[in-house]
Amino acid sequence: MAPGGGLDPSSSGLLRICTAGSVDDGKSTLIGRLLHDSQAIYEDQIRSVEAASKSRTAGPIDFSLFTDGLKAEREQGITIDVAYRYFATARRKFILADTPGHEQYTRNMATGASTAELAILLVDARHGVREQSRRHARIARLLGITHFVVAINKMDLVDFDRAVFDGIAAEFARILDGASAVTIPMSALMGDNVITRSQRTPWYEGVSLLEHLEAVDVDTDVTGKAFRFPVQMVLRPHHEFRGFAGQIQSGVIRAGDQVTVWPGGRSTAVSRIVSWEGDLPSAFAPMSVTLVLEDEIDISRGDMLVAGPVQVGQRFTADIVWMDERPLESTRVYLLKHTSRIVTAEVDRRLELNEIGPAAVRTSRPLIFDAYRENRATGSFVLIDPATNFTAGAGMIGAFEAEAAAAGHEGAAERLARLARRAGSDREAVDAVRVALEEILGK
Amino acid sequence: MREVAAEFERPVMLYSIGKDSSVMLRLAQKAFHPAPLPFPLLHIDTSYKFREMIEFRDRMAASVGARLIVHTNREALADGTEPFAVGTQRCCGLLKTKALLDALREGGFDAAFGGARRDEERSRAKERVFSLRDAHGQWDPKRQRPELWNLLNSRLNPGESIRVFPLSNWTEIDIWQYIHAENIPVVPMYFARDREAIVRGDSIMIREQSFVPLLPGERPQIVKCRMRSLGCSPCTGAIRSDADTVPKIIEELVAVRQSERQLRVIDHDQDGSMEIKKREGYF
Repeated sequence: MAPGGGLDPSSSGLLRICTAGSVDDGKSTLIGRLLHDSQAIYEDQIRSVEAASKSRTAGPIDFSLFTDGLKAEREQGITIDVAYRYFATARRKFILADTPGHEQYTRNMATGASTAELAILLVDARHGVREQSRRHARIARLLGITHFVVAINKMDLVDFDRAVFDGIAAEFARILDGASAVTIPMSALMGDNVITRSQRTPWYEGVSLLEHLEAVDVDTDVTGKAFRFPVQMVLRPHHEFRGFAGQIQSGVIRAGDQVTVWPGGRSTAVSRIVSWEGDLPSAFAPMSVTLVLEDEIDISRGDMLVAGPVQVGQRFTADIVWMDERPLESTRVYLLKHTSRIVTAEVDRRLELNEIGPAAVRTSRPLIFDAYRENRATGSFVLIDPATNFTAGAGMIGAFEAEAAAAGHEGAAERLARLARRAGSDREAVDAVRVALEEILGK
Repeated sequence: MREVAAEFERPVMLYSIGKDSSVMLRLAQKAFHPAPLPFPLLHIDTSYKFREMIEFRDRMAASVGARLIVHTNREALADGTEPFAVGTQRCCGLLKTKALLDALREGGFDAAFGGARRDEERSRAKERVFSLRDAHGQWDPKRQRPELWNLLNSRLNPGESIRVFPLSNWTEIDIWQYIHAENIPVVPMYFARDREAIVRGDSIMIREQSFVPLLPGERPQIVKCRMRSLGCSPCTGAIRSDADTVPKIIEELVAVRQSERQLRVIDHDQDGSMEIKKREGYF
């Protein structure tokens, strides 16, 4: 949504980054250093941090004080919540999600990773690869990140020993097998290999962290994928105009193109692409536009205009990250938000806070989706606990599960009985059974 | 913005007259075009805003064709609330935070757009796009809902409301580049010209309120200056500048070494100042 102007023409636009590391790997310090040395921090902010640094002991300037925005974080010296940071060089703009290392805040790591294109994994050179590092790498890959920087930090504390670096780098190469990864020896506190190449690592032939971030090609262009347009709202300012407002999630659309409206499945053509600037001949992801269609079709929020094949169904498999203290239970019903559509859903397994695992999901109404690895926007969903309204889970859709195969787990009668048992009142029981019956008989 | 208009019953857009509000208003016009804005604008007027801001506000609301609600905590003003008499924290608490919460309650608004950006201040860096507030409008940074992808959770428990920050990921320079690209009108005070001002140490004050005390020997002088951030006149300083066009402002920002809220007295009156105000219900 942010505009991208003002950079030189050879620039490569915006890069979204998330950082992950164990507690005390020096993540906030690294980010503070990046912001400070790339001059994204202003003098008055430096002065206020210099004053505060005197009571703490992390070198001349405690860089983590730039990023730890909450009082509790500054007092405890830890990062609790995701913080978003913004900086730019002449070549690129960056949005950086600084996520906590504590295991209890793994959900925030998933949050930061969900919109990132590249992850920086930090390790302390003295400790090497720990369980947390493996976990962070796994979460980042699960959320679709394929580009990594492994920052082996605190090299000054191991005398810039090449053997230490090589050992950790080899282990990460195994963990990140198949992804594109660059490993850099670093001292965030002292600034080695953060902005410029360090004299103290003559054996390292690669680039500095910032040089890599400026140059790396992450190929996030989704205009080459099939057209996906979830309807956010229907605009009807007067009788002559009925437009469908939404954001193009992938692909390109031209006036005159054929689209299919799901879940109904009817086809029609786009007659106008309406925008504030006037009608457009074409539009592409991630533009927000309003489409007018040739035919009168009943379309409401949550429906999707699509070109090309798409999955439409109520059963699928997904990897789920659980983010709530109340565990995920197969006996409970959740609200599932996918694109602009909210449905109720059941999940066939239990997960505790911060657990991640594959599951089978069944929804009350059909979703229009793609596999997450094909399309992040149409392959992702969140689960909301209707009792607390907390965003309790996040899911990445794997594959469509054939109705017949899934039905084998449970007969129709068992399912109806279970729904009726679980209902809070007779009225709810009747409604739930009716919906299920319609679904079973409709197939 | 469409998500909010589609999923909430009574949204409202906080319009603070500044550059961020100008951009947010344009985005709203675009989001619902060709339909009119599906929500009113709300201005919390402390009565200490610059005159040029109020004139601009009324002009904009009329040209956009939006309904404008202006809310002022008259009771506090009648009690003599001003920053020098009661201190900046209490003044903000009464004239901004309390006035805002009262206005939201009176209007029955369940969602309020604000133009705050995460790059402005370190506690704002932790804000969500959908920021949940309890029945008293208060923010609990430890109980924030995770926000993954662009999937925003708009479910509210009774009494709760949500603050929405569509400009979360914009920076100050993004704002000016967009104003330039889209030719968006902003308050003329953002542009440098000779103004009558009081110079006190590093700060340049445009004195519009007679209660702002003058130190012995201080006299208004002519300074070429502009406002980088607009707030209440007693608490917002100007900067020396020659930037009298949007491109010159962008050029100036690239070189500048001071943060934009540095001249906002209210951010610095105690450690964690903004976080405390936000917890109490401020944007």
